[in-house]
Amino acid sequence: MSDNDLTRRTVLRRTAAAGLLATPAMGFLSACVAGGGDGGATDQAEGEKSAENPLGVDPAAPLEVVIFNGGYGEKYATDVHEPLYKTKFPNAQIKHSATQEIATTLQPRFAGGTPPDFVNNSGTKYMDFGTLIQDGQLQDLSELFAAPSVDDPAKKVSDTLVAGTVESGTYNGKPYVLNYVFTVYGLWYSEKLFKEKGWTVPATWADFTALLDKIKAAGMTPYSYAGKNAPYYQYLVILATAAKIGGPDVLKNIDNLADGAWKHPAIKTAATQWAEIGAKYMDKAHEGLIHTEVQLQQNQGKVAIYPSGSWLEAEQSASTPEGFNYAVMPIPSATASDALPATGLYATAGEPYFVSAKGKNPRGGMEYARQMLSKAGAKGFIELNKSLTAVAGAEEGIQLSPGLTSASTVLKAAGANVFSYRFDSWYKELDTELRTATNALMFGRENADQFAERMQKKADAIKADSSITKFTR
Amino acid sequence: MRHGKYPFVIGFLAAPVTIYVVFVIAPYAQAFYMALTNWRGLSPGQFVGLENFTRLFQDEVFWKALRHHGILLLALPLITIIIALFLAFMLNVGGGSQKGMMAGVWGSKFYRVVFFLPQVLAIAILGVLFQSVYRPDGSGMINSLVSKAGLEPIGFLIDPKLALWSIVAVLVWQGVGFYVVLFSAGMSNIPKDIYEAAMLDGATRSSMFFRVTLPLLWDTLQVAWVYLGIAAFDCFAIVQTLTVDQGGPDGSTTVIGMEIYRNAFVYSKYGYASAMGVALFFLTITFAALSLRVSRRESVEM
Repeated sequence: MSDNDLTRRTVLRRTAAAGLLATPAMGFLSACVAGGGDGGATDQAEGEKSAENPLGVDPAAPLEVVIFNGGYGEKYATDVHEPLYKTKFPNAQIKHSATQEIATTLQPRFAGGTPPDFVNNSGTKYMDFGTLIQDGQLQDLSELFAAPSVDDPAKKVSDTLVAGTVESGTYNGKPYVLNYVFTVYGLWYSEKLFKEKGWTVPATWADFTALLDKIKAAGMTPYSYAGKNAPYYQYLVILATAAKIGGPDVLKNIDNLADGAWKHPAIKTAATQWAEIGAKYMDKAHEGLIHTEVQLQQNQGKVAIYPSGSWLEAEQSASTPEGFNYAVMPIPSATASDALPATGLYATAGEPYFVSAKGKNPRGGMEYARQMLSKAGAKGFIELNKSLTAVAGAEEGIQLSPGLTSASTVLKAAGANVFSYRFDSWYKELDTELRTATNALMFGRENADQFAERMQKKADAIKADSSITKFTR
Repeated sequence: MRHGKYPFVIGFLAAPVTIYVVFVIAPYAQAFYMALTNWRGLSPGQFVGLENFTRLFQDEVFWKALRHHGILLLALPLITIIIALFLAFMLNVGGGSQKGMMAGVWGSKFYRVVFFLPQVLAIAILGVLFQSVYRPDGSGMINSLVSKAGLEPIGFLIDPKLALWSIVAVLVWQGVGFYVVLFSAGMSNIPKDIYEAAMLDGATRSSMFFRVTLPLLWDTLQVAWVYLGIAAFDCFAIVQTLTVDQGGPDGSTTVIGMEIYRNAFVYSKYGYASAMGVALFFLTITFAALSLRVSRRESVEM
């Protein structure tokens, strides 16, 4: 009988109120309305420059560090990097915090003019770099990279890094971002499984499809990626193949929004070949799965080859069976006349850190970065996180896991033939479109021509849009 | 004591009105202003007039999302109301007359609880739940049955033709219970003598439904229609948690809420996202006003 409490009349009266609650999506936007932000770089701590203190840090100034608490956790900061800074400047207070939602936590502080000094801007909710740079929020790191390194004062910091690291954080000619973790991308498989079955790593496309046929005959899904939230794992593979066919400039043109960049024949060939792999060797259902679900299937021996980056092994360590032995292969040559050899590899420095230009202690932030880039700083990170860093040779003398050993082997074999693109972080709209287009291509709803057509259209639209900041490399 | 009335009323109203102004009206006003700027989330943006709106009307994705709202706006209220009406009728009147009282089918008290249960679940939990219901491989709840029957698994969320309807199904499943209760309340307000008189005249169940229940329930139906219409303008959470590529495949399930989220938090285009929000606001208000006006009719006096 309690139903009677809800009479028609009370319900009708509430309808009027419902009209005002009608647009639920709007509330969360207003939650982050812009604050003042005078933008002035006043009152910034500065100390005397010396051989010991090349960046001129005020030894007593407090330093605020914010770490993204994701795959790498925060332990490397609290246990390795922060103690290094503290040893150097015992009087400096370090305020440490970690969050899984960088943008949500920090955006209001940047908008309000009180940003933390050093930020690990990572995870799915990272703050847009283009916007931060456009707004003058990031410290130009030229001085840091030109400073003498911690371990060898005769060497500049930039000389101690893996080639391409500084470039990967450079926007329109100025290095604003430090990419600290060095990631190797390729096709991941179980070395143990391949050994048992007598399968070998293919170098040509014909070898590759022959291998996939064999795997299919053995009752496994030969190749897979997760369409629900990780189509970018696969678009990396398609574009890497295009770069192998037509040379790394194919990617450079895409980044620079060059006219007709997506209409390059190499992209069409790569898309055609991968669409065939999708049609013949993939499980349609995987479009609806998320990456950890497909990765788990690989660990369970249901999927043979999975495209990803070198974080995969650490990410999966809990569900990988004993002796699975992750290994990575570069993407096989696509044609007989490829511009790059089969060993060519997509590899780049990732995991971005920056210093706030409008913070209280930008010099301290840069010094903190310099400590991270020391041998001791990198070693601590590698040991804790089982990942390579941008510090050249820092992993020497450390017992590496099978997957990481494999990654470092293919990286050596690639030599100078290492390439990457930047558009995914420069133009998020292009990234979104490519994810959608990749699923459509790989799951047979669109062909290579439509793929290229669609991407070119989006790239042209971005180029024509005056509200989007443009970058070149 | 009449002179003390106003301070008394104001004293009670001050706090809620202040809270309402600060947390509802003020953010709305700010969002309206933001829609006229190119704010990117950091330092205040410049005033750009109606540029965001001109851009919006040329945005394919916006129109696509709008079309999806159109489909939802027709399908969601219609399907939900039909099912809820049927169930409510069965629960309240369907059992015929017992000791001179209209009663529901056997076990209706239990069914009422069962139907209402989905309403209690948070929308995020619903997303997770239906992920496993809809899983496109043999381990999905529905597809394990389908593949046992020897059929190809159904790609509920990966087939662009099916995806939006799969979303509609979830929303209907969740919503029906509330409207069953709402309509039950309405039905219990209908005087029993009318049913008895109808029964004495030899009315069948269906004519009793169409000639007695439905006309006397009109106000409640109207309310349900408006509520469900407003729900059809939202759908953000379920699309965000459930669909491939958030609004996919190929943008076949995207809604304005999803695009607002994407533009604000992925593309950092807060001004543009606000413009979308303002458009959504007016769409919803217009819908509510229109549907109340169009469906207005004389209520039956008793």
